[in-house]
Amino acid sequence: MVDSVVIPLLKIVIVLNATLVAVTYMVLLERKVIAWAQSRLGPMRVGPYGILQPIADAVKLMIKEDITPNRADRWVFTAAPIISMVPALIVYAVIPFGPEISLFGRKVSLYITDINVGLLYIVSVASVGVYGIILAGYASNSKFPLLASLRASAQLISYEVAVTLTLVSVILMAGTLSMVGIVNAQYNQHVWFIFVQPIAFALVLIGGLAETNRAPFDLPEAEQELTGGFHTEYSGMRFALFFLAEYANMIVVSSVVTTLFLGGWLPPFPNTPVLHALYYVPSWIWFFLKSFAFLYFFIWVRATLPRYRYDQLMRLGWKVLIPLAIANLVVTGIVKVMLL
Amino acid sequence: MAEAIAFYFLSACILGFAVLVITTRDTVHSVLFLVLDFLFVAALYVLLGAQFVAAIQILVYAGGIVVLYLFVVMLVNLKRPPEAHQDPHRRTGWGFALSVAVLVELAAVGAYSYARPASALAAAGSAGMPVTGNTEQVGWLLYTSYLIPFEIASMLLLVAMIGAIVLAKREL
Amino acid sequence: MITPTHYMMLSAALFMIGVIGVMVRRNIIIIFMSIELILNAVNINLIAFSAQLQNAVGQVFAIFVIAVAAAEAAVGLGIILAFYRNKETINIDEMNLMRW
Repeated sequence: MVDSVVIPLLKIVIVLNATLVAVTYMVLLERKVIAWAQSRLGPMRVGPYGILQPIADAVKLMIKEDITPNRADRWVFTAAPIISMVPALIVYAVIPFGPEISLFGRKVSLYITDINVGLLYIVSVASVGVYGIILAGYASNSKFPLLASLRASAQLISYEVAVTLTLVSVILMAGTLSMVGIVNAQYNQHVWFIFVQPIAFALVLIGGLAETNRAPFDLPEAEQELTGGFHTEYSGMRFALFFLAEYANMIVVSSVVTTLFLGGWLPPFPNTPVLHALYYVPSWIWFFLKSFAFLYFFIWVRATLPRYRYDQLMRLGWKVLIPLAIANLVVTGIVKVMLL
Repeated sequence: MAEAIAFYFLSACILGFAVLVITTRDTVHSVLFLVLDFLFVAALYVLLGAQFVAAIQILVYAGGIVVLYLFVVMLVNLKRPPEAHQDPHRRTGWGFALSVAVLVELAAVGAYSYARPASALAAAGSAGMPVTGNTEQVGWLLYTSYLIPFEIASMLLLVAMIGAIVLAKREL
Repeated sequence: MITPTHYMMLSAALFMIGVIGVMVRRNIIIIFMSIELILNAVNINLIAFSAQLQNAVGQVFAIFVIAVAAAEAAVGLGIILAFYRNKETINIDEMNLMRW
């Protein structure tokens, strides 16, 4: 009873709380990093070096007036931020933060669960996340949000195809869909998949940027375009929920890229006896270091690159990424069969 | 026991949302109830041990087909709902009679099966197949015994893609 | 104890809800969605039998049904859009001229 109910519940509580704290502090991290990239300091007033800024933000958003447009569809308007947030959170159920370790005399696996279609679960849950954006634009009963939401959802479903095709080549290398299985495959093959599949890594990274509506693909929600995109009519806590959902999606993409290409909880060059000293660092520390590196990379890209125009964005997704993904898949298949 | 509770809960939700799909006035709400229906059907597949098909159901049906429906609903969003007037050709009577007939039939089947119970279901497993694991089994069958239907299905999807683009373009 | 009969009854009920939707509603998009309900009912039946007979062929068939449903939905919605552009209606009672 303890092993099958209490421990997973504890894991869920810990992971959810950690995620929500992490997305709140992502806001601060983003403002700080972009500020440093622009030779300024960012939030410095609230708390030492601005550490308490997210708390001030949260309080401000919670006490703001909650406006619903006049003839908006009330149920859908309320449900859209929730539909945006929930898929971003439930993906954490299959992300492996570490292997089985013994904690307080009991074997505990550092992931909530390991289903045998883990990667497919992540992709399908991400495809349900599109609904939040479509419904937000529709329910606002206003022209600009509707157009922006249709643009954003078209962008999302286009890049979904490219990312899913790329992930198939990773599955070919690993031989399994389960996330823990993919990390174990990298352990058994003595190499991180980024060295075996560099093109797939680049494609998933670009596709992940586009999937989470991050710069340089953030046209649908940029303030200078379309008056703020699909969340124009939202204020207060609902607006906060959209942004938390976006940051949660970013952390999910970082975690998935880490697990698939950088070996998840494995140190560099895993399973080589020479580098045994690297195993003294706890596995989950490796995972967080690598995910954090990708989060920093996302913020860095936002501070550096200009925005893509919408037709350039769609051309990139359909005419460049998908053929590259298919070519990568074909080459991976051929090499895998020849090296049987 | 847990399986029975799960089955009854899931089937109640599936049938309830399906009835809501066909009875709601507002088309967008109807589409949203359809999404929920598909998600519960995927949960039913997981209960039956078909995890791969459940994931495919969410990915393709709930995340692809219904998004397409939502786009079209928003593009043809009319000012007045299309059934604002009472239609003289409306076949509500036939619909009601049909549902009563089906309920009677279901009750008869239920009584028959209560008199002669069938054996319980096990989760879908292997039947002498060289691989284990749900995805592997489906993949094995798909690429060995059913390769030709697989290739024909990909041709079908290509033709459907071209057809949809040609039909929906403004000018060729 | 959940027998295949339970799943067949669920599938039959869902099938009939879909058929009633096709017959009663006038909005063509709702009719298409009822057709999707019918296809889902068939899928539930297939997967239930696959579980009973311990054979994955039912799941393969269900995947083909999903693929065909995707193709049919794409083409059907393309037809609806083309028709809407010409006649400005989605009520099937007004879609009654073969040529005008």
